[in-house]
Amino acid sequence: MKITDKLDIRAILSDLESYRPRRRGWIWRDKKPIDIGPFHYVQASPSLKNSIPLPSARHLNHIDPQPDSTITTEIASGRFEDDIRRMRMAAWHGADHIMVIRTAGQSHMDGLLEGTPQGVGGVPITRKQVRAQRKALDMIEDEVGRPINYHSYVSGVAGPEIAVMFVEEGVNGAHQDPQYNVLYRNINMIRSFVDAAESKKIMAYGGMAQIDGAHNANATARDAWKVMPELLVQHAINSRMSERIGIKPDLVCLSTVPPAAPPSPDLKLNLPYAIALREFMGKYKMRAQMNTKYMDSSTREATVTHVLNLLISRLTSADIQSTITPDEGRNVPWHVYNVEALDTAKQAMMGMDDLLSMLELKKTGYLYDQKREIQERAVLMMEEIIEMGGYFNAVEEGMFVDSGLYPERMGDGIARKINGGIGANTIIKRAKDYLAPVTAHYGYNNIEQYDKTFENDPAKLIGGSTFENAELIQYIDELDENDNVNNRLDDTEKYRSTSLMKPEVQWLGDGIVTLDLFFPTDERTAEAAALVVAKNMNLAQTEVIHKEVLHPSEGTRIQLKGSVQFDIDVNDLVLPEKEEVLEEDDIIAYVKDHPIKVVAGTGGSDEHSVGMREVLDIKHGGIEKYGIEYLYLGTSVPIEKFIDAAIETNASVIMISLIISHDDVHYKNMEKLHQYAIEKGVRDKLILLAGGTQVTPELARSYGMDQGFSRGTKGRHVASFIVKRMKEMYED
Amino acid sequence: MKARNDDFNDRRKHLKQMSDEQLKAYFEKLTDQMIDPLLELAYTHTTPAIERSVLMRMGFSSLEAKALTDKMMDYHLLEHGSGHVVFQYAQMNHLSIREAGLKLLDTNEMIKIVEVFIHENN
Repeated sequence: MKITDKLDIRAILSDLESYRPRRRGWIWRDKKPIDIGPFHYVQASPSLKNSIPLPSARHLNHIDPQPDSTITTEIASGRFEDDIRRMRMAAWHGADHIMVIRTAGQSHMDGLLEGTPQGVGGVPITRKQVRAQRKALDMIEDEVGRPINYHSYVSGVAGPEIAVMFVEEGVNGAHQDPQYNVLYRNINMIRSFVDAAESKKIMAYGGMAQIDGAHNANATARDAWKVMPELLVQHAINSRMSERIGIKPDLVCLSTVPPAAPPSPDLKLNLPYAIALREFMGKYKMRAQMNTKYMDSSTREATVTHVLNLLISRLTSADIQSTITPDEGRNVPWHVYNVEALDTAKQAMMGMDDLLSMLELKKTGYLYDQKREIQERAVLMMEEIIEMGGYFNAVEEGMFVDSGLYPERMGDGIARKINGGIGANTIIKRAKDYLAPVTAHYGYNNIEQYDKTFENDPAKLIGGSTFENAELIQYIDELDENDNVNNRLDDTEKYRSTSLMKPEVQWLGDGIVTLDLFFPTDERTAEAAALVVAKNMNLAQTEVIHKEVLHPSEGTRIQLKGSVQFDIDVNDLVLPEKEEVLEEDDIIAYVKDHPIKVVAGTGGSDEHSVGMREVLDIKHGGIEKYGIEYLYLGTSVPIEKFIDAAIETNASVIMISLIISHDDVHYKNMEKLHQYAIEKGVRDKLILLAGGTQVTPELARSYGMDQGFSRGTKGRHVASFIVKRMKEMYED
Repeated sequence: MKARNDDFNDRRKHLKQMSDEQLKAYFEKLTDQMIDPLLELAYTHTTPAIERSVLMRMGFSSLEAKALTDKMMDYHLLEHGSGHVVFQYAQMNHLSIREAGLKLLDTNEMIKIVEVFIHENN
């Protein structure tokens, strides 16, 4: 796969029947300290072969340090074929755990789904879909140079079958927690636990990482922070059950969410809890999820909450750091927000690298007392569950997800009948001759009636199961001739195989764009006005996705989405000319024969000098490297001073950095520089260059500059331009 | 559950004197006590989903596994294990596992297996 080529979805889908996964089981990152450039990182892992660094890395030689934690992203738009492209983008931004949410209602389906129907709020998990995505991830992990763990759900009334399919298809991790079925999916509790034992045994065999479902209690309870004692109980039930069935403790992962979020006092509530949990369940792994309970439509607010969650992770521990997309409060996540969430995690975790070597958490006072109290409350809850006759009775009484802080009870817990729910009365007592001649089967299995020597390897009775002989696996392609990936690909084919293109947020050709608007009025008026803007811009399917009052009467911000009704033909686009860069040796040779002096500085009242220094200094590969001499005037240099200094030192080039762009002050200053040079009678002798993040080369030229330089400019670009311009000026 | 006030301070009296390590050990003991019966239940019981998963591991597709399990449920055969039924039928008729399962699906032979299991369990 070439970086310059897009993923060929049709190629991935072809010959799937003969694809086999290259491995089974979960892979942790290779955690170790690392030196990158001038920095020493402690909680780190090796850099990627190919990646997109954080935006500010432009000023730090494009370094892209990777944290020690596995980083998760959840991608499930309903069309798995479009999700594959997002997985590649996510991997470049640091994701090595890709989780696929199931389509609504799959947990109630008694059996496996097959084929590739479109999903709602997730993807129908099928063998074909899983195989195609795992195959694509094999290519993607080679491209980025780090193993990628693929993950979905082993729950519902078909858990054991899904677990089998996952092990056969090389899925690396899954959610598995019978309590989730019972409490939130109303699946019969006895059925759930009996099925779960088999599912866990299969997952253990496949070396899959297991994530539990306790975090759902936070998301469901009215006051999320009051369920903290119960969360310890829920985690303990699932983790210990898994361990006793055979999942290794280092693959038993607790899905833990800091229960509270601002404006509640975030850390005072969340930190004692995080410590209580890690102390009680230290032998297992922590999958730190982010808070979604209090999430609204502001992506900024969600991001800040998530950074506070990341602080908790760094103050305690996180083996897997999940990311929640900041747009989850408004829609099924879009491409760009998966990437934003990944960047947030990477940025915050590396920014807080080795935090605990400088801080110590207090062992007395509020933090300790709170931690201990949460633990004691959890112990008391367990005592009462046992007194009630055990887990099933306690669920029937409504002990779980009550909004009171245990032992307080509000009487509003989720109660389920022992003999109720989906799949009730379907469990069967195994007869004395019960036999399952397969690998990874939990429980009573009478092998000895046929061959006592196979007791530890029942599949030998049939010459091996699909786990030993992959050729036994039966692959089903499609079951529905209308609802399948081939038809969806045909519908959007023009965006794949012609030069047509549309803007996109999640699906190829969806045409969706976002408008970010401010109106100097109240909320209701602003919302109506935004819809008029959208109508006049010919957007279809418009919907306000976010409102923010700046003042009840002075102003409101509206974010609105809609779809554009036209295609763009890439062949008709006029791309700005790419400036030709000269060979380094040629620049050096020219400058040696024609010494060049530059006067440089940041102009007007602008104190931003980082970008400028990079273009100048030899250390960063700036123009100095090519023998160009420069006089640095400093920051906030008056415009006139550039010209006066150039005259005084007999310089032939002026380089002015203009970062501040408010009210187009950067272009106004360019014009001023140009005019003053004319006034002084030196304009034709000087090369005037302006640079800055908001500088457009064409506009800079229209304001009198010889050239403008924007983001990503290197010394070599500027030196090349100077040499070429000098040649034009003096050789003609 | 009935609503009640927070009586943490009364209830915790016996925990108060425990060290952190003792409290953790007690928590772990209670956890095992709570899940022992759950594991025992799973050890001695099965479900249609488990039986379908057994058949999948024996080389049947999800659709075949479901149809076979449904049919065996009608004949009350699942208590012996779905894989057992197919294994037994394959042995009786000198068929491969896959041939045996597909034949049980397509014919009315299931009744013969019922007789074998009734006989063997008596």
